[in-house]
Amino acid sequence: MSTTDTRKPLVLVVDDFADNREMYSEYLSFSGYEVIEAQNGKEAIDAAQARMPDIIIMDLSLPVMDGWEATRRLKADERTRKIPVVALTGHALAGHSRGAKEAGCDSFLAKPCLPDQLVAEIRRMLESGKTTISKTKGAR
Amino acid sequence: MAATAPNPSRGGAETPREAGAAARLALAELLLVSDDAAECAHTAVEWLYQRGGARKVICALIDAESGALQHIASAGVGDGHLESLHLALEEPDHPVVFALAGREPVTLGKNGGRGPAGGLFRGDFLAIPLPLSEKREARQGLLLVSPARCGPQARWAAGLLGQKIARVRTREALAQAEHRLQRERELLFNLINASPDPILLTDAEGRMIISNARADALFSSKEGESEGRQRAVTLNNMLFSAALSHQAIDEAGSSRRELLLVSPSEGSDLLFELLSSVVQHPREGTCVVSILRNVTDLRAATEQIEENYRRLKLAEADVRAERDRLDLIIDSVADPILVTDPSGKILLMNSPAERIFTAPERSAGTAEAERAVRSNDAHFSSFVSNLFLAGEGLRWRGEIGLTDPATSQPLPVEAVAGKVLSEHGEVTAVVTILHDRTEALDKARLYEQLKSGSEQLEEKVREATAELVRRNELLQRQHLQLEQASQLKSQFLANMSHEFRTPLNAILGYTSMLLQGVSGEMTPPQKNKLQRLDSNARHLLSIINDILDISRIEAGKMPLRFEEFALPSLIDELLSEVEPLIQKARLSARTDIPADLPPVHSDRQKVKQIVLNLMTNAIKFTPQGQVTVRLANDDARRETRIAVQDTGIGISPQDHAKVFEDFRQADSSVTRAYGGAGLGLAICHRLAAMLEGRIELESELAKGSTFTLVIPRRGKRR
Repeated sequence: MSTTDTRKPLVLVVDDFADNREMYSEYLSFSGYEVIEAQNGKEAIDAAQARMPDIIIMDLSLPVMDGWEATRRLKADERTRKIPVVALTGHALAGHSRGAKEAGCDSFLAKPCLPDQLVAEIRRMLESGKTTISKTKGAR
Repeated sequence: MAATAPNPSRGGAETPREAGAAARLALAELLLVSDDAAECAHTAVEWLYQRGGARKVICALIDAESGALQHIASAGVGDGHLESLHLALEEPDHPVVFALAGREPVTLGKNGGRGPAGGLFRGDFLAIPLPLSEKREARQGLLLVSPARCGPQARWAAGLLGQKIARVRTREALAQAEHRLQRERELLFNLINASPDPILLTDAEGRMIISNARADALFSSKEGESEGRQRAVTLNNMLFSAALSHQAIDEAGSSRRELLLVSPSEGSDLLFELLSSVVQHPREGTCVVSILRNVTDLRAATEQIEENYRRLKLAEADVRAERDRLDLIIDSVADPILVTDPSGKILLMNSPAERIFTAPERSAGTAEAERAVRSNDAHFSSFVSNLFLAGEGLRWRGEIGLTDPATSQPLPVEAVAGKVLSEHGEVTAVVTILHDRTEALDKARLYEQLKSGSEQLEEKVREATAELVRRNELLQRQHLQLEQASQLKSQFLANMSHEFRTPLNAILGYTSMLLQGVSGEMTPPQKNKLQRLDSNARHLLSIINDILDISRIEAGKMPLRFEEFALPSLIDELLSEVEPLIQKARLSARTDIPADLPPVHSDRQKVKQIVLNLMTNAIKFTPQGQVTVRLANDDARRETRIAVQDTGIGISPQDHAKVFEDFRQADSSVTRAYGGAGLGLAICHRLAAMLEGRIELESELAKGSTFTLVIPRRGKRR
C-alpha cells in the first residue's frame, strides 16, 4: 500500500451502533482522515477489499458476521492481510482481547474510548510501522 | 561207821546188861548218822527185831501231806497185813487211832478181831506213840511191837526214834520253807522286773536297796559305758534324790509328783510321775518305795488332747460364726428363702419369707392377711410337690402367684428350687428362693414401651433422614442453580457493562468533541454545562468499572500477574496521575520513602489500583492540608507497608469496619457531598486479600485517616 504525504490516510470504521460509528467518523474527518464506514463484518470485508484502507477500526460484537470472524478472513486474504486492525469493544473481560489477538487484530482498545484517544492510537499504529503489535488501554 | 555199827552187835557174846547198853548205843549211833526219817524208822525196826527181842515190829508215820497213817518200815510181818495200816485218822474207834491219840503205850489185840486190822494184831501187840520231844505231845506215828514183853526196849527206841524223826522232819520243813521263800523271792523279783515302770526301794538316807531292771537302766551304770550315759545316770540320781528329799520334808506317807529325768540311752527328756510311799521295815527302819511311771507320751498325748480340744473349740466357734453369718446372709437376702423337708414342711426361712408365709400379729385386716398366708402356703406346697413330680433334675424353676399379706396385692414370684441330697442320694431338704417378679414385669412392660418408643423414634429418625436427604438434594440442586445464577449474574453484569458502555461511549465521545470545538466554539456557559455532563458520564463509567471489578473478583475471574518491581517508581507514577486532582483541591503531596527499600514481588497493576484508590479517596475527603505517602519495610514479618495519610475529615471508630463493605460510605450524606459509589474500598479490600495482604486503618474524626496497604514482600501466587 502506498501512501503519500498529500493524500489523507483512509480509515475503515466498523460498528453496528450508528451513533458511535458516526461520532468516530466525524471526529476522524475533523482530525484529517478520510473515513469509510461498515455496519457489520461482511460489509467490512467488502469495503476493505474494495477500498484497501490504511487501517481498520473493528468493533467485535457485530451482526451478520462478528469482528473476530471478519478479522480472521481479512488476515487470511493476501490482499488485505497487511492492513492493521484495531479491535474496539465494550466487553472489558480478558477473553475478548485474547480472542481478538488470536483472530489477528494488531491492537485492542476498550470502550468507552474517547475520539482523541482513538486518533492517538491510529497515529501511533500508522507511524510505528504496519507490523508492530501493541496494546493500549482505554479510558478508565 | 553207820554201816559197820550193827555188825559187832549182831554176833557178840556179852552179858545181857552190857549187851543191852551196847545195843542201845549202836542204835543211837545209827540214828545219829541218818538224816532220813524212813531210814531211821527202818533202822529202829530192824534193831528191835534183831536185838530188842521183838518178833514183829511195824513203824507207821502220819504223812505230813495226806494226814493219813502210813506204814514205813516193818519186820516179821507179811506184806498183806501191812495194807490195813493205811488209815485215815477220822476213825476214832480204831485201836490204832486210839493209841495214836494217847501218850502211853496201848496194848492191842486183847478184844481180838475188832476193826479191820484185827487179823494183824492178834496176839499181844503194844502200840507205842512216837513222841516229838520230851514234853511236847504231837502225833507223828506209832511203833507197834509184839510181843509185849519187849516193851521197855521198844519204849526206849520209840522215844529215841520219835525225837530223831521230829528233828529230821523239822529240818526238812525248814529246808522246804527256805526253798519256798527263795522261790517266792525270785518270783517277786521277776514280778518287779516285769513291771514296765521303774521301781525302787530306798532307805532313809536315799540309798537304793532294791531296784528293778527299768530303774537300773535309769539309775545305774556299768564300767565301760559311754560318758554321756554315765553323766545322765549321775544326773538322774541327783534329780531323784532331790525329789525324794523334798518329799520327805513335805509329808509322810505316799505322794505323787512329776520328775523330769534324762534317758541315758537316747539323751532325750523323760517325764515321770513319781509315786512314792514310806514303809516301815522291822529291820531296815524307814524305807521309801518309789514307782516311776513314764508319762512323757502321756504328757504329749495330754497336750495333744488339749490342743485338739482347743482346735475343736475354735472349730466349733468357727462353725457357730459361720452359722451366724449364714443366717445373717440368708436374712439379708432381699429375696425370700425357704428350706423345706421333702414332705413340704418348712424347716427354715429368712425374714422376707416370714413376711409372706406367717400371719402377722393381730391387727387390722388380720383375717385377710391370714387368708393370704394360707393361700401362699398352699401354692408353695403345690410347687414343692411339683418338684418331685418333675423327676430327677436337681433344680426346678416355676412361677407362683402369691399374695402379699401386708398389702393384699398380687405378688408374682419366680421360684427356683434345689434339692439337697445326702451322701446316699436321698433328698433331705429343698431350698427354694423366691424372686419378686413385680419389678421384672414392670420392667418388661416399661421395656416394651421403651421399645415401641424407640421404634417410633427410629421411624422418625428414618423420616427425618429421608427428609434430610431430600433437603440435601434440594440444597445441592439449589447450589447448582445458585452457581448457575451466579454465572448468569456475572454474565449479565458483563453484558450490562457492555450495554452501558456502548451508549456511554457515544455520550463521552460527543461531549469530548463539543468541548474540543469540533462543532464550533462553545460559549462559557455551554462549556460549563458540557463539562458537568462529561464529569457525570465519567462518574457513571467509574461505577460501571467498579461493579465489573467486583463481579470479576467474585467470579474468580480476576487474573493476577506476579512480578518483581520497585515501589518508588510506582509511587512516582501515581503522584503524577493524581497531580491534577491535588492541584485542583489545593492540597500538598508528600512522600516518605526509605533509601534501602527492597523490591517487592506482587501484581504491580493491582497494587497500583489499590494505592490509587486510597490516594483519590484521601484527596477527595481532605478539604485542606496534605496527603502523605509513606513506604516502610517490616523485616520481622517480611512485609512491605504503603501508607496513605491525610489530614481530612476522618472516620469515627465505630465506622472503621463498615468502610470496607460494598456500597458503603461512612456517612451516606458523604456520598452526596463527595460522590463515588462506595465500592472503591470494598474492591481494595478484596484485591489486598488476593495479594495475601490486608488494609489497615487508623483514623480519628476531624483529624484525618491513614489507610495502609500491607503486602508480603514475596507473594506466592503466580
